[in-house]
Amino acid sequence: MVSSFKKVLESGKFVVTSEIAPPKGTNLDRMKHHIELLRDKVDALNVTDHQSSVMRFPSLGGAILVKEMGGEPILQMTCRDRNRLALQADLLCAASRGVNNVLCLTGDSVILGDHKEAKAVFDLDSSQLLAAIRRLEKGKDLGGNDLDGGVSFCAGAIVTPEANPIEPQLIKFEKKVEAGAEFIQTQAVYDLDGFKKFMEYARNFDVKILAGIILLTSAAMARFMNKNVAGVNVPQALIDEMAGAPKGKAIQKGIEIAGRMISRIRNERMCDGVHIMAIGKEELVPEIMTAAGLI
Amino acid sequence: MIRSITQQKPQEELDQLLNGLSRVFIVGCGTCVTLTCTGGRTEVDAMQRLLAARGKLITGSIVLPVACDNMTGEALQASRLMIGQAEAILVMTCAFGVQTVARQIKKIVIPALDTLFIGKETGPGQYDEVCTQCGSCIIGETGGICPVTSCHKGLVNGPCGGTNNGKCEIDQGKDCAWTMIYNRLKELNKLDAMRRLQRPRNHQGEPMPGKFRIKEAASLSPSATV
Repeated sequence: MVSSFKKVLESGKFVVTSEIAPPKGTNLDRMKHHIELLRDKVDALNVTDHQSSVMRFPSLGGAILVKEMGGEPILQMTCRDRNRLALQADLLCAASRGVNNVLCLTGDSVILGDHKEAKAVFDLDSSQLLAAIRRLEKGKDLGGNDLDGGVSFCAGAIVTPEANPIEPQLIKFEKKVEAGAEFIQTQAVYDLDGFKKFMEYARNFDVKILAGIILLTSAAMARFMNKNVAGVNVPQALIDEMAGAPKGKAIQKGIEIAGRMISRIRNERMCDGVHIMAIGKEELVPEIMTAAGLI
Repeated sequence: MIRSITQQKPQEELDQLLNGLSRVFIVGCGTCVTLTCTGGRTEVDAMQRLLAARGKLITGSIVLPVACDNMTGEALQASRLMIGQAEAILVMTCAFGVQTVARQIKKIVIPALDTLFIGKETGPGQYDEVCTQCGSCIIGETGGICPVTSCHKGLVNGPCGGTNNGKCEIDQGKDCAWTMIYNRLKELNKLDAMRRLQRPRNHQGEPMPGKFRIKEAASLSPSATV
């Protein structure tokens, strides 16, 4: 069965994805609210997997919930917490519940999260997880055994277009495409001229690229990301623009900037779509889309 | 030369381990822990003073030449009277030494150090882990730099997204293994090796606990080799 997100990717339309984060606990009200708010506005919703190595309700549970509520989920899977048996098992479970899109990630270090003494797994890496998906689709598990009942996924991965040095990242990007990535959601980009250069390169590969858009909420947040988030570079002009926003209006400015960037990406056909991350402020995604002229 | 790299346990943990034990004999080692200043004569003497100040009776101490060596049993014999008077042996060596001492003496042994890794001296007072003895060596394809050890996540197909300016996401003091491997392979004009998709690793090259036996060991016995 071809996933509906795959059909959207192949349709040539400007693709819009966003993401939701499962809760710390079993109270799913807020996540359900975000799913209801976004399911009909975006083409697919990522469900994050213990983001920043913070233990939460599982991404698979969240993705099943998106599906049950009529949305199109993208199951984020990191290699940090599960070995190859557990990863394959969760893929079988996902397929059985109609969750047919997967985003393969290496995963942050456990040291950065809230269970700092945990054993990290990394039995597979993101490119090997992609290859494992393609193998399962051929009816075989990684042990070479036949599967009773098949799977079919639209599989993706990530890339950091502004990583320094960039060359090792690009080699990894090419390996992900070779291993079977059909779409790539990028780390947040803010310097669109730099992103255009990355796209000149990425266009050589048969893979759809969705530019990562992270909502800026303040000048301090932008400076924090520049200092602490690998491969994120908010240009000084944008930081100044955020700092110049009237008191209490910084978020409005952030929405305006995100909307402006998305609309430029779309108008100049820089890439195939965008992935909007409004970390912790998911309810603002419709406003960003409105500012971008998408709805 | 490879070295066993150690650091002293937090004092709180040591106090807990020594709780209720009033007579203690201390063992140090003249090799790795002397080099890393964690269990040489200076540190053994300091520990002796510290424990005495905490009300312990130190029955004696010894700094073995090589604690993990087979000669350790004989070396300890020389101190058997002082060891006999002790309730416990505090061992300021790496875990190899602690286990060697434990096999020789019918007393509780308490490690004073945590053994961090088997490392190589890469600069004055600086030690780096370069091999985790994983049992399935891949450094023939990575320019002689081991990503299983030198990459925090042990990745074999290139860097993760956390790498930043050639450093690791967990610590700016640690180099990104894949930046180093990339630079090395580029210099050698062998970047193709990095482009090859590596299969999932065999994590059971030698299933734990490692055990190795030379085949037909009998033929290698001294009488047979003469």
